[in-house]
Amino acid sequence: MRPATVALGIALAAAFAAPLIGVYPVFLMKLLCFAMFACAFNLLLGFTGMLSFGHAAFFGAAAYATGWLVTARGWGTLPAILAGVAAAAALGAAIGALAIRRRGIYFAMITMALAQLVYFVCLQAPFTGGENGLQGLPRGSLAGLLPLKSDVAMYYVVLAAFLGVYALIRRIVHSPFGQVLKAIRENESRAVSLGYEIERYKLVAFVLSATLAGLAGSLKALVLGFVTLSDVLQANSGEVILMTLLGGTGTFLGPVVGAGLVVTLEEYLSDVVGGWVTVIIGAVFVACVLLFRRGLVGELAALRSRR
Amino acid sequence: MTEIFGFPVVVVLGQLVLGLVNGSFYAILSLGLAVIFGLMRVVNFAHGAFYALGAVTALLGLKLLGVNYWAALVLAPLVVGLLGILVERLLLRRLAGLDPLYGLLLTFGIALAIEGTLQQLFGSSGESYPVPEALRGALNLGFMILPRYRAWVIVASLAVCFGTWFVIERTRLGATLRAATENAPLLQAFGVNVPLLVALTYGGGVALAALAGVLAAPVILVNGTMGSSIVIVVFAVVVIGGMGSILGAIVSGLLLGLAEGLTKVVYPEASNIVVFVIMALVLVLRPAGLFGRE
Repeated sequence: MRPATVALGIALAAAFAAPLIGVYPVFLMKLLCFAMFACAFNLLLGFTGMLSFGHAAFFGAAAYATGWLVTARGWGTLPAILAGVAAAAALGAAIGALAIRRRGIYFAMITMALAQLVYFVCLQAPFTGGENGLQGLPRGSLAGLLPLKSDVAMYYVVLAAFLGVYALIRRIVHSPFGQVLKAIRENESRAVSLGYEIERYKLVAFVLSATLAGLAGSLKALVLGFVTLSDVLQANSGEVILMTLLGGTGTFLGPVVGAGLVVTLEEYLSDVVGGWVTVIIGAVFVACVLLFRRGLVGELAALRSRR
Repeated sequence: MTEIFGFPVVVVLGQLVLGLVNGSFYAILSLGLAVIFGLMRVVNFAHGAFYALGAVTALLGLKLLGVNYWAALVLAPLVVGLLGILVERLLLRRLAGLDPLYGLLLTFGIALAIEGTLQQLFGSSGESYPVPEALRGALNLGFMILPRYRAWVIVASLAVCFGTWFVIERTRLGATLRAATENAPLLQAFGVNVPLLVALTYGGGVALAALAGVLAAPVILVNGTMGSSIVIVVFAVVVIGGMGSILGAIVSGLLLGLAEGLTKVVYPEASNIVVFVIMALVLVLRPAGLFGRE
């Protein structure tokens, strides 16, 4: 067996065993949700070459939708998650349709501005709880069969969802559709001249990415039991970019590794250095862009192929 | 006549002036962005952080060294501009020739580092900067009361914008700058020190942001994150106006400030999203932007 396969097997076994050997499940679930978020983001940046600076909008909108439905409306867990994901997809279609009218840095600036619009709506709308956010979300049960109150049960649901999303993204990238996305990333004009209607491909990729980001947001809301403005904040969009960049854009495992590093860093570093975390994140960003643009996984892969 | 469409004239005029004040900041900031982008192909995300740094420098200068407002107006942009030159020399220069997206990401990281540091050192609550003595009080124009400081901000900003436009479009230095924008290697072959020009341009661009910060200091709360939301608005302004033209950046900045002011009268809840809504409309109707030549 290839060493990479072995490593992946060990990681998978560790993921299944983690809550049983005493790792704090809520931390792991948070990590998995952000890993899912980063994978969804990477589908857009890594495989289609579009840098969205506003993905917090989809993550946050789905979190708010799910949170509002389970608290104010008493919806069940599964329908509330599905509704949250649908909200993210709809928002993704609207923002995507506007943003793909421009390219490159303009695309990045437009997504950022529209996400800021979503942030202000969340700040002022009557159903989001304003500065307080939504608190005390019940986790309910999965289709009335599996109660999710216990962290371990919730953990396996989140793990299953993450693995499903990871497999789905691999499937999408390796499909003929995914090949066209990569063609757009490599050379947009050539993809056009080959007869592909790239606008449609870009929009579908954008909506897919927004939808999966929404799933991550909905799950995170249920895991932690609250939704706040920090979920839709621009800083959250920046963080998912950092996770992807740090781990390796355009690799499958990169965003997972990056999310793991950033979430761990924030969890443990904030106790030690307090508010300096932002400064450290900024410095990591700078180091990433200047020193290893391919990310950790990307640089490793490059090292291996050079040998 | 004391009402316009059912709104008291005094209120409408007051908000228009406020809008024009905000628009002046948008104009100076988007102008700086446009100048930097024109030469370096870098969208300077750190622009808001340098704006905050300008205001904080002025405040610190006043509190620690007793530097007054008028001196700060010159010194703070100078200090921040020098810091900008350092950033360009040490960091941004290494990205030359790469996809412009990396410049955006790098300056995003720089912005986080600067804003995080400011917030740690000065807290996030913010402090106000006293209005300079000569500009206190208000002018009675008969039909409205105009605070002197607001009038000064508008006049000073217009002067700065016009001055920058003049330097770029009508002087020898500006001609060199425009030549570098068109074809830098060729200009270098003529013996012009292009790397120096690039460093000075970045320094100049962020010095403009710092100047806007000093102008804004007496009318807002000065804190480390004061630039983080304005930079997104300025990005929207730049998408609307297009980054290709200096005049376009100035005009759209002022107009969008006015639009924001008017919205505050008509439908205050929407005042902080109106710029983004206009951006969406422009993207539907004229995707290249109002003054764009993409």
